[in-house]
Amino acid sequence: MSDSAAVTDKQTTEYDKLLEMRDVHKSFGHVNVLQGINFHVNKCEIVALVGDNGAGKSTLIKTITGVHRPNKGEIYFKGKRITIHSVAQSRALGIETVYQERALADQQSMWRNMFAGREITNKLGIINVKKEKLETERLLRDSMGFTSKAITVDSQVMFLSGGEKQGVAIGRALYFDAELIILDEPTMGLSLSETKKVLDFTRSIKDHGKSAIFISHNFYHIYPAADRFVILDRGKIAGDVRKSEITQDDLVQKMENLARTGVFE
Amino acid sequence: MLKKPMRLEHKLDLSILIVFFSVFILFFIANPGVFSRFDIYYSFMSTIPFIAILALSVTLVVVLGMMDLSFPSVLAFSAWVFGTVFTNTGSMLLAVICCIAVGTACGFVNSILVVRIGVPSLVATIGSMFFWRGAVNMVARGRGISLVGAMDTFLFRAFVGRIGGVIPAQFLWMIAAALFFGVLLKRHRFGSHLLFVGDNEQSAAMMGINVKRVKTIAFMQVGACAAFVGILSTLEVTYFWPSQGQGYLMSALAAVFVGGTSVFGGMGTILGTFLGALLIGSLEAGIISSGLSGFWIQFIYGLLIMVSVSTYATMMKKRG
Repeated sequence: MSDSAAVTDKQTTEYDKLLEMRDVHKSFGHVNVLQGINFHVNKCEIVALVGDNGAGKSTLIKTITGVHRPNKGEIYFKGKRITIHSVAQSRALGIETVYQERALADQQSMWRNMFAGREITNKLGIINVKKEKLETERLLRDSMGFTSKAITVDSQVMFLSGGEKQGVAIGRALYFDAELIILDEPTMGLSLSETKKVLDFTRSIKDHGKSAIFISHNFYHIYPAADRFVILDRGKIAGDVRKSEITQDDLVQKMENLARTGVFE
Repeated sequence: MLKKPMRLEHKLDLSILIVFFSVFILFFIANPGVFSRFDIYYSFMSTIPFIAILALSVTLVVVLGMMDLSFPSVLAFSAWVFGTVFTNTGSMLLAVICCIAVGTACGFVNSILVVRIGVPSLVATIGSMFFWRGAVNMVARGRGISLVGAMDTFLFRAFVGRIGGVIPAQFLWMIAAALFFGVLLKRHRFGSHLLFVGDNEQSAAMMGINVKRVKTIAFMQVGACAAFVGILSTLEVTYFWPSQGQGYLMSALAAVFVGGTSVFGGMGTILGTFLGALLIGSLEAGIISSGLSGFWIQFIYGLLIMVSVSTYATMMKKRG
């Protein structure tokens, strides 16, 4: 299966990096929030984007998703240069953001949430409820590994835990063929066991051959799930290391150095 | 034991069904002579559709977590348009088209205030409620319009004729409206979007739902339905009068809330609104025929509303 996927990829476009930003600058008035960012995400890779509050993480993400437009620099997606004007446009390209609080509507059932804004309908707009429920069931059990019998496709989302909600949102993005899923502080405010669930869901993104950017200011949370760490500090990339090159303790040490001296080493 | 917990919406539907049948059994016990004969139901079938269709339509706005208080005034203004166009042109079809168009436009004005300018819907529609009532008073100069000339037309029979001599046509329009809104809310893409926007606007926008468009359509359809009911109620008595629709505001809203739709948005039940309208619409006749004096009517209305909304609030709290 992975072979055929590789072949189709080659047939369409040649690219080695899913997303690439070259020398991206963004300022608001006199405040230079992003100062020459060179950043990329490979295919089938989970990149942890780490940095303190105000480091520019959310501006960087909003530049990728079309909320902000860079003052200078280029963004490439699947090898093609892109200029994104809207969130809808970035979604159409296959970039989907999962926000913790804004992902789902609480009073609605799982199946309605799964297909919100992308309902399966006939020409008259009547929803194919049976199919939506079936697909939701499949996604929950097979792809996301929900096993609890208490959660069904008819369950209202309010009965899910914080981690499970993230899982449903990630599953939904995968179902609709997102190539790059951006997780914005997905573990904030979650308990340890819930955080672990989110990390499991995050790994399932890779199992589907897709990529993710995982944003957090707590790298203890993301260490287990990430392939690579990109450290953002005051609008610049301060470090970019593969997990295979660094232990968790070293990473902690370097982050502390960065906070103290401004140098990541 | 693995018993599937009943969903809140089904519980709400069940409880309004129980209330509905209990009330009718009470009526029946109190005065079997009246309630075992067709006459009272004939009377219900001719009067209840007006508030029922309004209530069904307003339910969609309430599902959005919003409110529309202007529909009785919009009803009167578009009914005036209907009467005026008909008496001036003699064309029933043209009168109907103009009336519905004006009603829809009034709804669009509401949506501009709420969606574009950002006025809370309750406040905005208090304004438009006075505005359109004032407008109809000005243009009609307090005078009514006789529409006896409309009685020979086909459309008259289609709107308020008596099918087979016994069933008022507006009753069938009500049934059709109930089915239409039921499918729309629970089975149509638009209904799904209404529920989402009412539940969590930010999340709806994130999922690519056009929030402004959904709200605009919701207000416009209330305007269109108000105009439609304006036609029905005008033709039923073959007379337009400027204070038309004033009694419908509280009854229609009561029907929505007795039916179990939440004022906070994100959930709603068309079956509930439908039964709520039947209940509210038949209460007056039921109370009188039970031998109670007319002074009881509002008291019992109030009691019914207080008890039912308290029940729903308790149910909502328990599930959390």
